[in-house]
Amino acid sequence: MSGLESLYQELILDHAKHPRGFGLAPDGDDATSSHQRNPVCGDEITLRLRVDGDGIRDVTWEGAGCSISQSSASMLAELAEGMPRDEASALIGRFRDALRSRGAIPLDEEEFGDAAALSGVSRYTARVKCAMLAWVALEDALARA
Amino acid sequence: MTAATLDAVALRADFPILGERVNGRPLVYLDSAATSQRPRAVLDAELDFLTRANSAVHRGAHTLAAEATELFEDARAAVAAFVGARPDDLVWTHGATEGLNLAAYALGNASLGRGGARASALALRPGDEIVVTEAEHHANLIPWQELAARTGAVLRHLPVQDDGTLDLADAAGLIGERTRVVAFAHVSNVLGVVNPVAELAALARAAGALSVLDACQSAPHLPLDLPALGVDLAVFSGHKMLGPYGVGGLYGRAEVLEALPPFLTGGSMITTVTLDSAEYLPPPQRFEAGTQPVSQAVALAAATRYLDGVGLDAVHAHERRLERRMRDGLRGIPGVRLLGDTDAADRVALVAFDVDGVHAHDVGQFLDARGVAVRVGHHCAQPLHRRFGLTASVRASAALYTSEEDVDLLLEAVSGVRAFFGAGA
Repeated sequence: MSGLESLYQELILDHAKHPRGFGLAPDGDDATSSHQRNPVCGDEITLRLRVDGDGIRDVTWEGAGCSISQSSASMLAELAEGMPRDEASALIGRFRDALRSRGAIPLDEEEFGDAAALSGVSRYTARVKCAMLAWVALEDALARA
Repeated sequence: MTAATLDAVALRADFPILGERVNGRPLVYLDSAATSQRPRAVLDAELDFLTRANSAVHRGAHTLAAEATELFEDARAAVAAFVGARPDDLVWTHGATEGLNLAAYALGNASLGRGGARASALALRPGDEIVVTEAEHHANLIPWQELAARTGAVLRHLPVQDDGTLDLADAAGLIGERTRVVAFAHVSNVLGVVNPVAELAALARAAGALSVLDACQSAPHLPLDLPALGVDLAVFSGHKMLGPYGVGGLYGRAEVLEALPPFLTGGSMITTVTLDSAEYLPPPQRFEAGTQPVSQAVALAAATRYLDGVGLDAVHAHERRLERRMRDGLRGIPGVRLLGDTDAADRVALVAFDVDGVHAHDVGQFLDARGVAVRVGHHCAQPLHRRFGLTASVRASAALYTSEEDVDLLLEAVSGVRAFFGAGA
């Protein structure tokens, strides 16, 4: 697999073209949102969720940007749905560690689901922020919830 | 050699980095508008200075200090001559951003009453106007936003036409008796269009306003005579014109530099200092507080000698051929839209474009895998991208060492982008 194909796996391009959780749910008293922007390229994402008891519910998002940032948001929306918030926070930390590892730490498919396809991004330091954008939004939203 | 011909393939041998391979492919470097590559003569000049003469300039009685000072001032004369200026009208800066901030802060200081009677003629007061174009690099926009905020002046902008040009009738309507500063680029770093500098400078002069030119994207591409263009102040950047990082120039018309109070203050720019106050040297030293980028200035002079050796007329003619080839080729690729695609103006070999359905970052990654280095993003010109309905674009920019083969490899790579990402399917 060439470098480019290992970065842009089919799954990534599929999520970018058919994003899951796309389209923000109506705002409400129990909803929390976070807007994140990557000033380097102008990519942006708004992510919205509810915390019901201890669980993350109704994860929706909207955004514009490259296929890495958009697919990552789509994968995260699927993955985080129903997840306990502590677990999500820990997951975000491990995702960040893996992406900053320059290829040393792969993302485990059991744990990260489709988002494991983003492992290749860690070899492209210029793209790490793209993949992180939605995850930073989730982290921020949870901190506010 | 001043004939209008240039053999880019032969010139490439002078640039060691152009022999590099990237991702298993020969490097196709099309990001010269961000940072140009340096010929061996420039690298050697800096090393030669550092190994033969390195020491503090304008102070010290020892032999090396004298030699370093001579080389530093010779470099000033060489770089000044390159832009048609007298040595005393060239201030060293650490780059164009610093040069523009120097201009804006010096005017701000004049507005605060610093610099005496001659400076007060340059002061901005509430209700005065600063005019910039919609196409400016953030470095020629934000310092003016800040100056407006500090002085109560109003920032106004000259719109960019759909074809990337400026409308002089618009400019004439916008620049008036309230205008104090007109700041604009010689060549937009996104559009590649050569702006009508002399005409805009004349409008500013007629209104009693200062003209401030960002010459970063023209200095290495076009013959440049700043006094003949009639601008009051102008900046350029060393690393965009085959020179080192951390050095640039601010040209100023003598009367303007003499009237301006300093921006940065400290050592090397004073005559007499007491605990309460200081008197300042005349320009250019008045604007050169602290340690200067000496070895970089010497190397920048070598860069201007290299450019002059090739001949800027020849460089420009070569780049016109390249930009036509680039634009013609890109226009023929489905889904590709060029920003500022006009034949109505002179141009440098710099083209920004959008690929429908594929984000600029993804385009850049795809090209990089083929060894093609381009810039992606907003290129420090967010308002301009917004004006064209984009947040980011892809920019290919050439220099004198860019070959037609480089352009063809770019075009071939761009042709494959939409299929790879499944756009337009």
